[in-house]
Amino acid sequence: MNGKIDEQTLARERRHLLMFAMARLRDPDLAEDAVQETLVAALRAVDRFEQRSSLRTWLVSILINKMADLRTRQGREIPVEEIVKSASEDDDPWFDESGRWEPEAMPRVWSSPEKAVEQIEFWGVFERCLQVMSPRIAEVFVLREVLGESIEDICKNLGISASNCSVMLFRARASLRGCLQRNWFIGVE
Amino acid sequence: MDKCKDIARMISDGMDRPLTLGERLRLRIHLMMCRGCSNFEKQMQVLRNMARRFGERPEADKDNRAVGRGNSSG
Repeated sequence: MNGKIDEQTLARERRHLLMFAMARLRDPDLAEDAVQETLVAALRAVDRFEQRSSLRTWLVSILINKMADLRTRQGREIPVEEIVKSASEDDDPWFDESGRWEPEAMPRVWSSPEKAVEQIEFWGVFERCLQVMSPRIAEVFVLREVLGESIEDICKNLGISASNCSVMLFRARASLRGCLQRNWFIGVE
Repeated sequence: MDKCKDIARMISDGMDRPLTLGERLRLRIHLMMCRGCSNFEKQMQVLRNMARRFGERPEADKDNRAVGRGNSSG
């Protein structure tokens, strides 16, 4: 890679791309391959990289194409519209029919989250919680919250509308918090 | 009174765009009366910090397969 991108940046971006690929593909080997192909493609095209988008957004767009190739080989996947539709139908597991929190899903006070993040076991739970949600939803969450991408860039890169994006982020956040509460934070009311 | 379901969605939306004045007002009124949604709001901030930290963990670089299988001394 040329002088524009140093080793450290590359290592960080690689790690982030891997997290994104894992959220979508759920297979460490496939994810590794997709990221490797992405970096090779990026290296070849680096002269075409325009500073108008961030390096990260540009790499993510290449990775999305690589994963799309993989999926074409693997068969059909559920379109975003179907996921959003099923999410907006009144089937949220966290709320009762009148829209109140279900007692067991009720958000509680989490004790010492700052201590949790120091423990490797916590991150194992965190990772598993990302894997229990639909890959389409997990990937939006990872782009937004782990990679810190803007909503505009996410919508453009994934080809989804802002409103679908916000439904998916809500699903992801609600699912993750519920999963962490159940599996790590016992919590008090 | 808004449903918790709508308020939770609003809290989530507020992490991605500025809420309107009307939304902020509805939110504040609901949060004064609802502990569940107040906790949800706090958890959303905690979640955001956790997610950033998840992305910055250098050990995830070494082997993201090892994490969570209890085979590391940390």
